[in-house]
Amino acid sequence: MRASILKVENFAKHFRLHEQNKFIPSSHDVNLTVYAGELTALIGPTGAGKSSVLKGIYRTYLPSAGRILYRHALDHEIDLVHASDHQILELRRCDIGFVTQFLHCLPRQATLDVVAHPLVTLGIAREEARRRAAELLSAMNLPERLWSVSPATFSGGERQRVNLARGLIARPRLLLLDEPTASLDPATSEIVIGLIEDLKAQGTAMLAIFHHPELTRRLADRVVELSPPPALAKSLEKECA
Amino acid sequence: MNKVLEVRGLSKIYGPGCASCVESTGPEKETNLCPHCGSVVALHDVSFDLHEGEILGVMGESGSGKSTVVKNLYFDQMPSSGEATFFDADKQHDLFCLNAARQRWLRNHRFGMVYQNPHLGLNFNISAGGNIAERLLMSDLMDYGQIRERAKALLARTEVLLSRMDDLPGNFSGGMQQRVQIAKALATQPPLLYLDEVTTGLDLSVQARILDLILEIQQELKTAMVVVTHDLGVIRLLAGRAIVMKYGRIIESGLTDQILEDPQHAYTQRLVASAL
Amino acid sequence: MSPHAGYNFGFLDEYAKKEIRRAILKAISIPGYQVPYASREMPMGRGFGTGGLQLTLALIGADDVLKVIDQGSDDSVNAVNLRRFIEMTCPGVSTTTRTQDATLIQSRHRIPELPLTARQILVLQVPYPDALVVVEASEEKRKTMHGEADYSRLLVKLYEDIVKFNEITISHRYPTRINGHYVIDPSPIPRWDVPELDHSAALILFGAGREKKIYAVPPYTKAQPLAFDDVPFRVEDFRDEQGRRRGCHRCGCTNSFLDEFTDSSGKKLYQCSDSDWCDGQRRSPRE
Repeated sequence: MRASILKVENFAKHFRLHEQNKFIPSSHDVNLTVYAGELTALIGPTGAGKSSVLKGIYRTYLPSAGRILYRHALDHEIDLVHASDHQILELRRCDIGFVTQFLHCLPRQATLDVVAHPLVTLGIAREEARRRAAELLSAMNLPERLWSVSPATFSGGERQRVNLARGLIARPRLLLLDEPTASLDPATSEIVIGLIEDLKAQGTAMLAIFHHPELTRRLADRVVELSPPPALAKSLEKECA
Repeated sequence: MNKVLEVRGLSKIYGPGCASCVESTGPEKETNLCPHCGSVVALHDVSFDLHEGEILGVMGESGSGKSTVVKNLYFDQMPSSGEATFFDADKQHDLFCLNAARQRWLRNHRFGMVYQNPHLGLNFNISAGGNIAERLLMSDLMDYGQIRERAKALLARTEVLLSRMDDLPGNFSGGMQQRVQIAKALATQPPLLYLDEVTTGLDLSVQARILDLILEIQQELKTAMVVVTHDLGVIRLLAGRAIVMKYGRIIESGLTDQILEDPQHAYTQRLVASAL
Repeated sequence: MSPHAGYNFGFLDEYAKKEIRRAILKAISIPGYQVPYASREMPMGRGFGTGGLQLTLALIGADDVLKVIDQGSDDSVNAVNLRRFIEMTCPGVSTTTRTQDATLIQSRHRIPELPLTARQILVLQVPYPDALVVVEASEEKRKTMHGEADYSRLLVKLYEDIVKFNEITISHRYPTRINGHYVIDPSPIPRWDVPELDHSAALILFGAGREKKIYAVPPYTKAQPLAFDDVPFRVEDFRDEQGRRRGCHRCGCTNSFLDEFTDSSGKKLYQCSDSDWCDGQRRSPRE
């Protein structure tokens, strides 16, 4: 059995909106393990809080309950729920990558620099980082004429490739993928799938949400099914009734 | 990453102060004016850390005390209580225990400040180059030729036309004045830079270019920065971590993306909701 | 001259003299530091050398030999009046115009050409004692700046000068750093005289009556005019169009500070500013 990189235990996330005096449950009682060189897929209906799990691990959301145990390369464990902001930033820089459906990047920055940035923060010289970014972008069939412009003007598919390239380039130990192929054409999808398989083969642990069950079947080593939190489930039932 | 600055329990009260000042003010009381003695509690118990090369955003509306934080740390004012430690290579400086000369030395050599109002950061009676020369002279560079060269390089880096180096800042546009201020702040290559609402009041396109410049500088020089702003866009763009202030208190702190996507405090939720 | 009934020797009362002497001692102890003192009302307008006069009156004794000059001349109205006043109020004091004979020299705008000796004291009259006044209006802030030896803003003035005019254009009151710390306004002496402050054998005292300040350059003390490493301080250049050093039309001296004036025919003439020096050169030229 491979080494576990991430263990999520009894994770829950809910939101409290003070203004409207509302309590909104999102994820509920999530338990899962992610292993090195394997892909764990999250499945479940809309409203089951799949994305909240990923954001909770990345700490874009503050988890409401549970433990998120991340195992460092040096074999010590850290609970991401309680880790300091600086520890999280350091993990984001060196260990954990996140590819969402949306590209958040600095405006006015050339695509090549957007993709190279994770390498630069790891201390790799800018020229070398740009060279590797160029390699990856050409492997992903992003036309070279786009490399020097900002991705802000790109089509959905082009943006998504930039986003993926940026997430993959530093070969993180743990990669979180939230519908990474959602807006790609079949040919590019295949390329991305190839890249994910490569990365897996090199030992990256992945936790992913795919919009298509077919992809889950092809790529997932483990599948974790989430159900909507009870309060939400009840209200959904009511709506359906 | 090494710590550059550690702030603990920083407080600033304008006025006589009384025993009830703290409990009668703050976000819950929705005021920073003490009803008992009329003092203004501009800051109470502000604590945070800043690491090497990191940008910390300090956000809040006017009167939240966000500018007071950097004014105290840059010695423009003295706090009523609290501590701040500046870690400089192998040395530690207990900022508010230093004598005035040591404080001035740190200010001139190791800190930089860019104010919203360029009149605070620049001497309008001397040329743009002279403003930079002043800071270099403060750090004991006494060679005219070298001063000229350094000033030129700094102005070129901040994209100020060198042909205007010997002009008075009063003849510059607002964006250009901020560039000169940034060049001046960077003159001694300080490891710590304070930016107080530096893009407020500028045209959007000018703002964007100044923000780009700040990011480039942070990446090139690994300068740690405290960025004070009421603008969520500026925080989103520049800061890795942020603190949110209201009526002199920190009401929330965290990673910038977390504060923007999962704000905890009612005030922050309102702030974020109204911006999006 | 008969002693004037009711007036103390040296016009000032003994308490006033004591206070001034204490200020002088403090000024010597902290070279370049402006010591405040209670400047007394003198029977002449402030601005006519009352600061220098009070120093002279507090220092002078019956065995002193006094010389008073104004812009290098012993004969100008101001110098003559001050000398007369001192003669009148200090019975027994002798006066001279010869620099080498004087024990006490009160001067406005010049340091004598003849190098001073350790048994002499030079008193300079000062209109504006604080060199920082051109860059900082608040005296409180100036005091802090002096205390911390923060003179960068003065140096910026020099920088701006070079940027604008390609040279440092300050002609007199050249800011000078004493003993490595305080920068003084050396009174309106020309740049020519500034090097004389450095390691001077004589004690040099500065008195500002209106501004109520006394400061000193003690004997053998470092006095460095502010300058850049690569743009050094320079004294006035008296060369003509051909690059030859101009000389005094009266005594022919080519190493003294010259005044320029125009004679009745419209011709430009140069003459030693130090009249005693000029007379001395005429008697026995050194070169």
